[in-house]
Amino acid sequence: MLVVDRVDKFYRKGGLFSRERQQVLSNISFQYEQGECLGIIGESGCGKSTLGRLLLGIEKPERGSILLNGEELGRKGAGKGAISAVFQDYTSSINPYFTVEQAIMEALNMKSNNRKLKQSKVDYLLQHVGLDPSCRNKYPHELSGGQIQRVCIARAVATESPCILLDEAISSLDGSVQMQVLELLQKLKEHDRLGYIFITHDIRAAAYICDRVMIMRSGQVEEIVNIEHLSGVQSPYAKKMLQMIMA
Amino acid sequence: MKRLHYLFKDRLAFLSLFIITSTLLAGIFAPWIAPNDPEEVHMELRFASVSWDYLLGNDHLGRCVLSRLIYGIRPSVLWVLVTLAISVGIGAIIGFISGYFKGKMDAFLMRVCDIMLSFPGYVMTLAIIGVLGVGLENILLAFVLMKWAWFARIIRTSVMQYSDAEYVKFSKALGAGSFSIMRKHIVPVSLPDIAVTSSSAFSSMILQLSGFSFLGLGVQAPHAEWGMMLNEARQVMFSRPEIMLAPGITTILFVSAVNFFTDALQVALDPKLMSIAKKKHRKGIFQKANLSRKEVA
Amino acid sequence: MSILQVSNLRIWDGITGEVLVPNSSFELKRESCLAIVGESGSGKSLTCRAIMKLNKKTIRQSGDILLNGVGLSQLAEDEMRRRRGKQLYMILQNGMRAFDPTSAIGVHIRDTLVRHYGWNRSEIVEKMKLAMQSVRLQDPVEIMNKYPHQLSGGMLQRVMISLAIVLEPDIIIADEPTSALDTVSKYEVMEQFVKLREKMGCAMIFVSHDLGAVRQLADEVLVMRNGSIVERGTASVLFSEAKHEYTRFLVSSHTELNEHFKRVIGGPAYVSR
Repeated sequence: MLVVDRVDKFYRKGGLFSRERQQVLSNISFQYEQGECLGIIGESGCGKSTLGRLLLGIEKPERGSILLNGEELGRKGAGKGAISAVFQDYTSSINPYFTVEQAIMEALNMKSNNRKLKQSKVDYLLQHVGLDPSCRNKYPHELSGGQIQRVCIARAVATESPCILLDEAISSLDGSVQMQVLELLQKLKEHDRLGYIFITHDIRAAAYICDRVMIMRSGQVEEIVNIEHLSGVQSPYAKKMLQMIMA
Repeated sequence: MKRLHYLFKDRLAFLSLFIITSTLLAGIFAPWIAPNDPEEVHMELRFASVSWDYLLGNDHLGRCVLSRLIYGIRPSVLWVLVTLAISVGIGAIIGFISGYFKGKMDAFLMRVCDIMLSFPGYVMTLAIIGVLGVGLENILLAFVLMKWAWFARIIRTSVMQYSDAEYVKFSKALGAGSFSIMRKHIVPVSLPDIAVTSSSAFSSMILQLSGFSFLGLGVQAPHAEWGMMLNEARQVMFSRPEIMLAPGITTILFVSAVNFFTDALQVALDPKLMSIAKKKHRKGIFQKANLSRKEVA
Repeated sequence: MSILQVSNLRIWDGITGEVLVPNSSFELKRESCLAIVGESGSGKSLTCRAIMKLNKKTIRQSGDILLNGVGLSQLAEDEMRRRRGKQLYMILQNGMRAFDPTSAIGVHIRDTLVRHYGWNRSEIVEKMKLAMQSVRLQDPVEIMNKYPHQLSGGMLQRVMISLAIVLEPDIIIADEPTSALDTVSKYEVMEQFVKLREKMGCAMIFVSHDLGAVRQLADEVLVMRNGSIVERGTASVLFSEAKHEYTRFLVSSHTELNEHFKRVIGGPAYVSR
């Protein structure tokens, strides 16, 4: 479904006329099949969030190509909306002036125009993610972090995309709430046959839900490995990371 | 729009709204409301005090002060409001484009703003009037030309903050077009900021207009205008201080009403501030209830 | 013999009257580490800030707080200020927001040390160099010249720990210090916390929702929920035989993830008990 081929990404440092560049991603290549759950693991600053933005089509790579279902991502309208997203910072994930219902409607409005159908869909989605439908009229500042992330997941599911990109979606949540959201994601994966691209720094969370894992470091791909073979990683950096978790 | 119901519930907001709307309506319907002709001179009634015919007395030329106030709403308030709207409109368009798209477009537009802002305000207005001639329309045109750059800068700053938010990223990921995102997300969220800057600019514009009218460059005598009335009263400030009261108090009342209204508008539009305001209201009611219960017991 | 005694602490919102913490009492013994665990909104950070009297003006508190026998609730603001930093030191969650973004870190450090000890510049640099090297920060002088946004979260936390080493406070209150960090930084910072406890022997209050970190560090644990303390006890007992169901829920959520991970790592040969 997604083919990433030798992607590079720079950011221009300095002012308008400076030539200094900071390389954020170099030579990233991997493939993603529809319906699979791929984890992207790395420390802060290794470029995984930038890669997430490139996969969503929000930014364009300087070099290399990203093909979604055979079409090049980035051309006007092509491929956008095929992957929906849930982000890390739940305090700004929903427009503070929108209610929960309006936030989910925004995603539904892209798909159909039938008002009644959309209303019942909002109820269904809220129940599906474990929220009481009565919170549809609440504003984001009245909800807790876990509840907001559930609304964001409902919003992402509402777009009916086959794949959801989760950019550190559970990292800001408490331990027990993280577990609840992971269980929800697991349930949705089985029930709706969703695929995930799960960006995180926590290997344990990735191991809970992913089939394959890609380890990144300083903008490069260190290793891609199936989750069953995680203990047999080759690169020294990956081995060091595993040791830290086991301690 | 049920959030705007707050504007009717809060007493101060309602009062301000009432003052503003009644002033605007009085200005629009001035020929029907004003009791006398504002430019009719009665030299025998110079500095006359309050009477049934002339409800606020007469000025130094025997003209009716109340009628002059009502007719003066037109240039002082209505035309300034129109100018403000045009200025903010231009500034907002430039600010949104600049703040949302960033990059080279932003750099270019901000350099244009820098050029416009580097001219000293009063001097440029005088220059424009020198080219176009005196009169109310030319002053207002000069205001529009000078002020849009300042609004553009301020609006751009707040737009830049909001366009980095995650919900904008999500809309982009959904495939929504840039203008649709701006309309749905960025305009409502930056509206309070725009309202607050506009209200402070409004008061300063009213005063600047009066300054230019004093110099003889704006509203020409004998047309009525609040600032001009204040300046005419200045000449008899110590012998007849009461002449200053009418235009002075109306200006203060109106400008304060605008400021309080924008505050209330900001609270009404922002759900977070709304819930704090509601809590304060509720507590007020409880306090009163407790007091009355104590009295009964 | 306890260094901090909190009795009948009550915190409420001055505007709405809503009670946030109804009645908390606990004590912190010398040289021991007390962990406060609970989810967001349980009142842990409020309690810590109430001890240091750093809550917003609209949040009111009542109750007795005794530090070394001295009652803190009645103290005037400047007396309290003298104790903050020197006797009560706080390590905050988000390093980026804990330091002033408009000045280099060295300025902030220097101001603090001058205020409490009145050392001059070279003394400060010397002591900070030693402390920073002991928390494994290379190039201490260069770090002190940098701005907060140029350093990573883990490094900022270690700077705060090194400042604690220099100040030598009686109590260190760490409010979710590792929650904003990634796995590698978390590991390094926790290492430093363990070393800090061993070296300085100060008492510590460690607030966290991460039970793994708590396990490494704590002697006693308080579990808070919706403002009340639902359970307290020694760390080892709590992790194996918790009495309250909420504690058991927290512990099980934590172990479930770990167990799953061990199963994955262990491969087909690992047999879960």
